[in-house]
Amino acid sequence: MNFTFTEEQLLLQESARQFFAQHSPSAAVRAAMNSANGYDESVWSRLVNDMGWTGIATPEAYGGLGLGQIEMAIVQQEMGRTLFASPFLASIGLAIPALLAAATAPQRERWLPALAAGQRIAALACTGARGRPGAAGVEAVLSAGPDNRYTLNGKAGFVVFGHVADLLIVAARAPGSSGEQGISLIALPRDTAGMKIEKVVAMDLTRPYARIEFDGVEVGADAILGAPEQAGAALARTLALGNIALAAEQVGAAEQCLAFTVEYTKQRVQFGRAIGSFQAVKHKLADMMVRIEAAKSAVYYAACAADEDPALLPEAAAVAKSFCSDIFNLCAGDAIQLHGGIGFTWEHDAHLYFKRARASANLLGDTIHQREQIAQQLFDGDQPLLRQLGGL
Amino acid sequence: MQLSFTAEEEAFRSEVAAWLEEQLSGPFAHIRYIDSHLEKFEERRRWEQALGAARWSCIGWPSQYGGRDATLAQQVIFAEEYTRLGAPGRIGHNGIELFGPTLIHFGNEEQKQRFLPDIANGKTLWAQGYSEPNAGSDLSNVRTKARLEQGPNGPEWVIEGQKIWTSFGQFCEWGFVVCRTEEGSRGPAGLSYLMVPMKQPGVVARPITTMTNEETFCEVFFDGARTPANNVVGEVGGGWKVAMGTLSFERGASSLAQQMGFRRELAALVNAARANGLDRDSHIRQRVAEAYAGLRIMRYNALRMLSNAQHGRLSPEAYTYKIFWASWHRKLGELAMDILGAEGELSDAEGYEFKGLKKTFLHSRADTIYAGTNQIQRNIIAERALGLPREPRGQ
Repeated sequence: MNFTFTEEQLLLQESARQFFAQHSPSAAVRAAMNSANGYDESVWSRLVNDMGWTGIATPEAYGGLGLGQIEMAIVQQEMGRTLFASPFLASIGLAIPALLAAATAPQRERWLPALAAGQRIAALACTGARGRPGAAGVEAVLSAGPDNRYTLNGKAGFVVFGHVADLLIVAARAPGSSGEQGISLIALPRDTAGMKIEKVVAMDLTRPYARIEFDGVEVGADAILGAPEQAGAALARTLALGNIALAAEQVGAAEQCLAFTVEYTKQRVQFGRAIGSFQAVKHKLADMMVRIEAAKSAVYYAACAADEDPALLPEAAAVAKSFCSDIFNLCAGDAIQLHGGIGFTWEHDAHLYFKRARASANLLGDTIHQREQIAQQLFDGDQPLLRQLGGL
Repeated sequence: MQLSFTAEEEAFRSEVAAWLEEQLSGPFAHIRYIDSHLEKFEERRRWEQALGAARWSCIGWPSQYGGRDATLAQQVIFAEEYTRLGAPGRIGHNGIELFGPTLIHFGNEEQKQRFLPDIANGKTLWAQGYSEPNAGSDLSNVRTKARLEQGPNGPEWVIEGQKIWTSFGQFCEWGFVVCRTEEGSRGPAGLSYLMVPMKQPGVVARPITTMTNEETFCEVFFDGARTPANNVVGEVGGGWKVAMGTLSFERGASSLAQQMGFRRELAALVNAARANGLDRDSHIRQRVAEAYAGLRIMRYNALRMLSNAQHGRLSPEAYTYKIFWASWHRKLGELAMDILGAEGELSDAEGYEFKGLKKTFLHSRADTIYAGTNQIQRNIIAERALGLPREPRGQ
């Protein structure tokens, strides 16, 4: 048991912090959010070629760095700090874990090396047009036909960076199935016939979504990752890892909200004093820090659990995502409040964080959903979490 | 970063658990899972002595003073097994967790050899003499005075004044008492950290009844109390630094034991919700899940803080640890009462006595006050960790 970063992890944190400070300042984030693609391809290629982080948690056998979820969380946290706009979460945080969890060896060999090397970008389409959380949110329908041919129909929404993806990993369910039953994960190149992809305008401009319509898309058996209708557990693992990555990003972003608000309250003078000298202000900032430090513990614990003990993963991811969503919403909201009028302007960055907070909380299952996952394990069935508390 | 324990550490866990189980199902079965802080006090003193005799009392201390030189992981394991198996709360807490580590850090060799083994073997209980009626949050506003006089066996400190909120003060043999030793000094300057025998004519410890209807702490009056001149920890006039050092030891591995107690409370709360059907109520489910997440996070807050401290790294979470757990625990008490409903108001005995979650509800109101109120914690976080301007001081 040792709950500190290794020297290598500290170095990674430092170089990530420097990289995003240099390449993702406010002006760059704003340029990206006003661009058609939603990200800066030249910075992306630096990240790919100079840093190699697109392969961070992909096994070396597929050309990755073979590192773990702690390292993934470290990089995500630093990306969150500057609201770095990129398809990193979509491709590295979601699509690669889905392939690793569900795909056969030949499928992995086919798709992973190009994604890990950053030559291709993938996105995960795992929820319907309404963005409902978890397995219940999978609404696209995959119908089996004769000769191992399948047909995909329906819609997907909230597909992060889906409009630039070369490859879509699509979750779909068998007709009439529900919950985790009957779910398949399908790998479809973006030019697949019958698939219409369009970028939508959403509140958070730093991480665009696409909506996708599947209209009689013909799916070959080799496009289905692993066995058909058996990917429920793989999707759950993918969502759990994605939620940990999101939670890490939320912590970094919340830290930045605290940092720029502390700086402002030291400078801003009212009633002849820096407003940061008033307890009403100090205590709000202190509360932000208390929650941020706790959120870091939640993220690092969840990342450790993901690497060391798959049995702990669902609970640890739900703990991290629910807590970090709440604290980021709170920190971004208080950042606006403590800046006063200037915090409500388009010019100030506070609203970018505030909107990312809301969007990232909803993405892959909101706090109500995460807490209900925990509640089920405490109260229902054989109550595994109550057993763990020593209450059974 | 690694969560799991090694095979050797797991073997250590088995050894700890086996010893505790043997004792707590045998000679100390009558104090297992004891709820009250005061009940069966003398039996619990014998328990402290049994721990000491088997060298399980202060395992993190150096072995020459009665410890085992235990690693951090071993201390974590011991703390968790201790509470998991229902061993009683440590009545020696102040000596073991606060004064002992302070003496190891700031004391001289003669003092360590003289005082530490008796703490480790459960012979002496120590009282904390910090707060005064006019020195609560403003802790350095100490008025208790000590002056040097020639006594029959050499120079002695003679102490006049009053301390308050002294846990178990009525039972303790010794006290570590912060006194003003420089006439006319103010604030943190001119204070000394004295070791004072409590069982002497010049010391009167009068229990205070708390809102739980228990006598867990005292006000202590010093009226010409005496202690030899060499019973000062650190330098004369340098007591503030030592006193602050003690407060930093408050966040040791024993906080993991406290969390195991919280675990038991949360489990009781889940069972209470199931018993009265509130486990189907989505609002209660959400709140209980939130409490569960907080408890999980608290453990990793502690492990981060302890691991970083061991590596000598500056750790921001250390500033936030106390306010986080204290606020969590108070909220748990409120949630428990919401779940228990009106029945939660009924006494558990003939007299006025509340147990289990009802007691948690009442007792947890103290958590956000003692060892630095939430308000003081926020000031400290804002000023020391975030670098915001300091509070203006009155005259």
